Amino acid sequence: MIEFTNWDLLRNLLLAARWTVVLSLTAFIGGALVGLLLTTLRLTRRRPLQWLVRIYVEVFQGTPLLMQLFLVFFGLSLLGFDISAWAAAAIALTLFTSAFLTEIWRGCIDTLPKGQWEASRCLGLSFMQTIKNVILPQAVRVALAPTVGFSVQVIKGTALASIIGFVELTKAGTMLNNATFEPFKIFAMVALIYFLMCYPLSLASQRLEKKFNGAR
Amino acid sequence: MLNFSDLLPYTDLLLKGLWVTVELTVYATLGGVAIGTACAAGRHYGGRLLRGAIGAYVELIRNTPFIVQLFFIFFGLPALGIKLSAWEAGLIAMLINLGAYSTEIIRAGLAATPKGQVEAAKVLGLSANQAFFRVILIPAFEKIYPALTSQCIIVMLGSAVVSQISVMDLTYAANLIQSRNFRSFEAYSVVAAMYLLFAILMRQAFDALGRYLFRHRRSS
Repeated sequence: MIEFTNWDLLRNLLLAARWTVVLSLTAFIGGALVGLLLTTLRLTRRRPLQWLVRIYVEVFQGTPLLMQLFLVFFGLSLLGFDISAWAAAAIALTLFTSAFLTEIWRGCIDTLPKGQWEASRCLGLSFMQTIKNVILPQAVRVALAPTVGFSVQVIKGTALASIIGFVELTKAGTMLNNATFEPFKIFAMVALIYFLMCYPLSLASQRLEKKFNGAR
Repeated sequence: MLNFSDLLPYTDLLLKGLWVTVELTVYATLGGVAIGTACAAGRHYGGRLLRGAIGAYVELIRNTPFIVQLFFIFFGLPALGIKLSAWEAGLIAMLINLGAYSTEIIRAGLAATPKGQVEAAKVLGLSANQAFFRVILIPAFEKIYPALTSQCIIVMLGSAVVSQISVMDLTYAANLIQSRNFRSFEAYSVVAAMYLLFAILMRQAFDALGRYLFRHRRSS
């Protein structure tokens, strides 16, 4: 058996945590782009499109993230794509993130008075102009705090990628535990590393909320 | 290509798994909201030390993944001499998790009660207990009820992870089925649909309960 010092454990966990960061960033950026598209679709006055977006959000919010991961992982290979655990995790987390961000942003846009839309229309602005010049600048202020807050959920969500075999922080923790049989110490370290990644974002979200709620 | 009829022989297994998920959810919801109420009251009225301890608990749980909490409880605690079955570890993890989130939600409700109402209750001669339950707690719950509902559903969905420590829940059933007949996509999509249905039913049950609980209150 190999001996692991505390430093060895920490070093290996931190190296694996890089993949947690990469996966979180990928999912968050990808999710934000898809979410932006879905939010725009929802704002168009096409009923069928609005319904599709609503069903999409409902399905991703109403099923476990773990099932979404499994379905992407096994579903895409069923279709003949040779998909890695990394790609499956990135796709599933992107879809998951996009659904939640779409819902969060919908709430933010709905807080803007309807008169803003009507006024823009009277002024002869097109749909895209209204969104770009009137709605977006105001909605972004409201949306910033909950969006930053949700990024914490994304980071925590990446822990599930360990189940389909992607070696990130949690998977590294279970592997080290299998080698050393020191679960108490290792999972405490793993939890601490997650905490150090998530807590600053939680704090930032709270600060932003206070700042913008005061300003309105 | 897809063949759902291969799942039919496993109907019993799926229903048993569903039952375990339902059971865990019911216990976790009741216990978690109770923990949340106690901690929220402690954080609102308690001394400095108590407030700090509850704050640390809430932040620690909210900023770490559920699966790590679960592994810590199931694998880590036996090192301290606390032996738990997988089912117990799963339930405890869910209780602790929902407890922390509901503390934060309920605390927001308590903080939203105007001070004047508490003073009015005192002037009207309500006892401290009466004032707490009727003037502070119940209206606070009414305000945060939708958020609490969503959080309970999130914990139910998150419980899929307890299959990883071999709790025989709905996800465990799907894992077992796909390991036997290799119909992974079919098994997981059916189970995902069952979760979705359960989430929808849960929301409706909560809504109905809310209409009953808050029936005497004016809607604002």
